Amino acid sequence: MTSEKLKLLDHVQAINWNRIQDDKDVEVWNRLVNNFWLPEKVPLSNDVQSWHTLTPQEQQLTMRVFTGLTLLDTIQGTVGAVSLIPDALTPHEEAVYTNIAFMESVHAKSYSSIFSTLCSTKEIDDAFRWSVENENLQRKAHIVMDYYRGDEPLKRKVASTLLESFLFYSGFYLPMYWSSRAKLTNTADLIRLIIRDEAVHGYYIGYKFQKGLELVSEEKRQEIKDYTFELLFELYENEVQYTHDLYDVVGLSEDVKKFLHYNANKALMNLGYEAMFPSSVTDVNPAILSALSPNADENHDFFSGSGSSYVIGKAVNTEDEDWDF
Amino acid sequence: MTAQAIGAGEARALGSDPGPRPTASRLIYFSSVSGNTHRFVGKLGLEAERIPLLSRERPLRATEPFVLIVPTYGGTGGAGSVPKQVIRFLNDPHNRGLIRGVISAGNTNFGDNYCAAGDIIAVKCGVPHLYRFELMGTSEDVDRVTKGLDEFWTRLSLPPQ
Repeated sequence: MTSEKLKLLDHVQAINWNRIQDDKDVEVWNRLVNNFWLPEKVPLSNDVQSWHTLTPQEQQLTMRVFTGLTLLDTIQGTVGAVSLIPDALTPHEEAVYTNIAFMESVHAKSYSSIFSTLCSTKEIDDAFRWSVENENLQRKAHIVMDYYRGDEPLKRKVASTLLESFLFYSGFYLPMYWSSRAKLTNTADLIRLIIRDEAVHGYYIGYKFQKGLELVSEEKRQEIKDYTFELLFELYENEVQYTHDLYDVVGLSEDVKKFLHYNANKALMNLGYEAMFPSSVTDVNPAILSALSPNADENHDFFSGSGSSYVIGKAVNTEDEDWDF
Repeated sequence: MTAQAIGAGEARALGSDPGPRPTASRLIYFSSVSGNTHRFVGKLGLEAERIPLLSRERPLRATEPFVLIVPTYGGTGGAGSVPKQVIRFLNDPHNRGLIRGVISAGNTNFGDNYCAAGDIIAVKCGVPHLYRFELMGTSEDVDRVTKGLDEFWTRLSLPPQ
């Protein structure tokens, strides 16, 4: 093992939240604070009965998926978000990363809350052992960690956004699947809180990536773009194998892959790039999409409906607070 | 007379409030500095006007019926979902009277808050929530909105039955 010098900020000044360089820092800080939650608030024990309706194979799959997610959250909490701090463009951006890092540790811990509620100590130990031994899971951790340790700030942000907005989703699929079948619904509620947080994290890190791109040459921008797509492909290939490792036993791998494509597109968009996977392979199972967001289905598309319900706008007086429903 | 003339001259010299900036655009949108909605609108290839980001900029006033495109700020239970710049724009009765539909952007990760800004504006202004898309939209979203808006305006120009 090589000894590496820990990268820290060279210089720190007292942070002044009354002098803001980038409003996005305050907006995202407030959003993260308002979204704060703890696993203890979710009544996970209501899922005990439902857990016992799963077959042993399904229980094992669920535990493996959650140890995989625990590993990613641990990386992001203790290395990923922290590694972005020295590259921050504003002191408030540094503070936002500390918030992100802490929340990732909350996420990582919440899987243990699920385990301790639903499983035996032996089962938990077995699942964690699996996470250490599964090659594809370890490879995904290695790929990302390598970039966090590298010396390229923009590449670190790309790796971080791909982790937040893409790598989690092979795992997030399963609780959404159970939820769509009215199983482990409280666990799914907790996972939805994590999913919401990851969206803010991916959006913010992707935004800061784009701000960073504005400061480099056109040549460098092209290099970073090529690198982003190469890294996405590398991670994608690995995700496909990881998906097969986990989901082949229950026959869900093809369904999971659509969810991967759909989220890979969103990760690219968070980085300011166009979606890559065509709609023919991003047609996520509507049951999964609706477990994620109840109003994401086609029925909400006025353009493809008859549109006969159109009514003319009537102006009513509005105050600012009227807009908070 | 003299006093009034001096008063007007002084007002000009002080750069008095010139009032809202009129726009006849049929497509009005808001996009924060992260620019996702701005990128989406750019891909539509339609003439569009952006609601100003800063409160010190001149506010927009629509002079023709328009469709509004807004991003949703990810919140919970709808609070804070509509960007404050959009609220300010719609608090102008001229603008509320001319809005004909709303298209919203969001992220399904926000669960039932997905595209909530569009739902809130649709209810508040009594107009249809025409379409939802995520982040900066895919090429399919661009096609559907371009075609959908074209049909929408054609339909609106038909005499009532």
